[in-house]
Amino acid sequence: MTDVELRVRALESVLLQKGYIDPAAIDLLIESYEKKIGPRNGARVVAKAWLDQEFKQRLLAEPAQTLASLGFAGMQGEHTTVVENTPKLHNMVVCTLCSCYPWPVLGLPPVWYKSGPYRSRAVMDPRGVLRDFGIELPVETEIRVWDSTAEMRYLVLPMRPRGTEGWSEEKLASIVTRDSMIGTGLPQLPDGMAR
Amino acid sequence: MNGPHDMGGVHGFGPVVPQADEPAFHAKWEGRIFALALAAGRAGQWNIDMGRFARENRPPADYFAKSYFEIWLAGLEAMLAQRGLVSAAEIEASRPLGEPRKVDAILQHDAVEAVLSRGRPTERPASAPARFARGDRVRAKNIHPTTHTRLPRYVRGRPGTIERLCGCHVFPDTNALGQGENPQWLYTVRFDARDLWGAEADRTLKVSVDAWEPYLELAD
Repeated sequence: MTDVELRVRALESVLLQKGYIDPAAIDLLIESYEKKIGPRNGARVVAKAWLDQEFKQRLLAEPAQTLASLGFAGMQGEHTTVVENTPKLHNMVVCTLCSCYPWPVLGLPPVWYKSGPYRSRAVMDPRGVLRDFGIELPVETEIRVWDSTAEMRYLVLPMRPRGTEGWSEEKLASIVTRDSMIGTGLPQLPDGMAR
Repeated sequence: MNGPHDMGGVHGFGPVVPQADEPAFHAKWEGRIFALALAAGRAGQWNIDMGRFARENRPPADYFAKSYFEIWLAGLEAMLAQRGLVSAAEIEASRPLGEPRKVDAILQHDAVEAVLSRGRPTERPASAPARFARGDRVRAKNIHPTTHTRLPRYVRGRPGTIERLCGCHVFPDTNALGQGENPQWLYTVRFDARDLWGAEADRTLKVSVDAWEPYLELAD
């Protein structure tokens, strides 16, 4: 075992022996973020918004209540705003100070989101960051970066790709990637389908 | 504090390296420390701003040498030691070296779901009208508190526009010090990239931060 593994194990053991934690609660917290609370939640929201204009308008106007109605509320999603990408505007979300991220809809953030390269460059050179993700936006597209410095959390509503007319909510949700809801990616059409 | 955590606009970190199909936790201990920190926060009764300060308040070399969850471990150890709940010596011994302190709350298995789905909203009733309105030109103050703050360095002294009023929220700068929630109006302030990074900046770029009223003044 590595030093850090040993130290975490020792800390947990002391917390347990002193009666400060319920081990079953620890297991359930981990399981919740491994299995239940993740980007599939957000993908469902996006697919629903693509299919239902009325839902989309509510989602943009009253995001917290609308997300709560689907069961996606709570810890680190208490004050969520949904920002919509358009042909003229691309949104990207960052937390330059640490790792603020909308847990109920996206789960816990990936390593790159919490790392120096992303936190340092997203607010200064977002086009360079997008190139690291293999994305080149048109030069005239406006870019808006949301730095999550308070308890406001942000979910990007990506544009629905052409060629997905008539798709079911489930099929649409399957192309909504986590990165497309952070603004560092675009919905991913299956191989062989042009964007 | 002007700490290592405040990374906006710092050069030299290199490219972003995404990983395909990334798991929530990359090792078992990462999940353990994540959950222990959430649960111990309940027993220790510290707030989110105190927890954040405990993570960022360390020498830059140490902060950069640690992985994200190693910083969580260090922050948790610091909070537990400060409150007399667990000492470094106890962690090294892997057993209690004294009687446990009485704690108000322990996160029980049956309460986890409710705690997660309720969260901890930070909006509070306003005790005074908002000083700024949508469209106002403001400037982020040029301030350098040595304690916890959420005004990143790259916007300090820069002019921006009030885009949105977010309500009155718990003020991290006092909350982190145990000086109370002291709710303040919170605004989304939009900056033109050229006001942040100079004439060469991307002309299509706007950046916003969410800033509490004490961070802002009317632009001249």
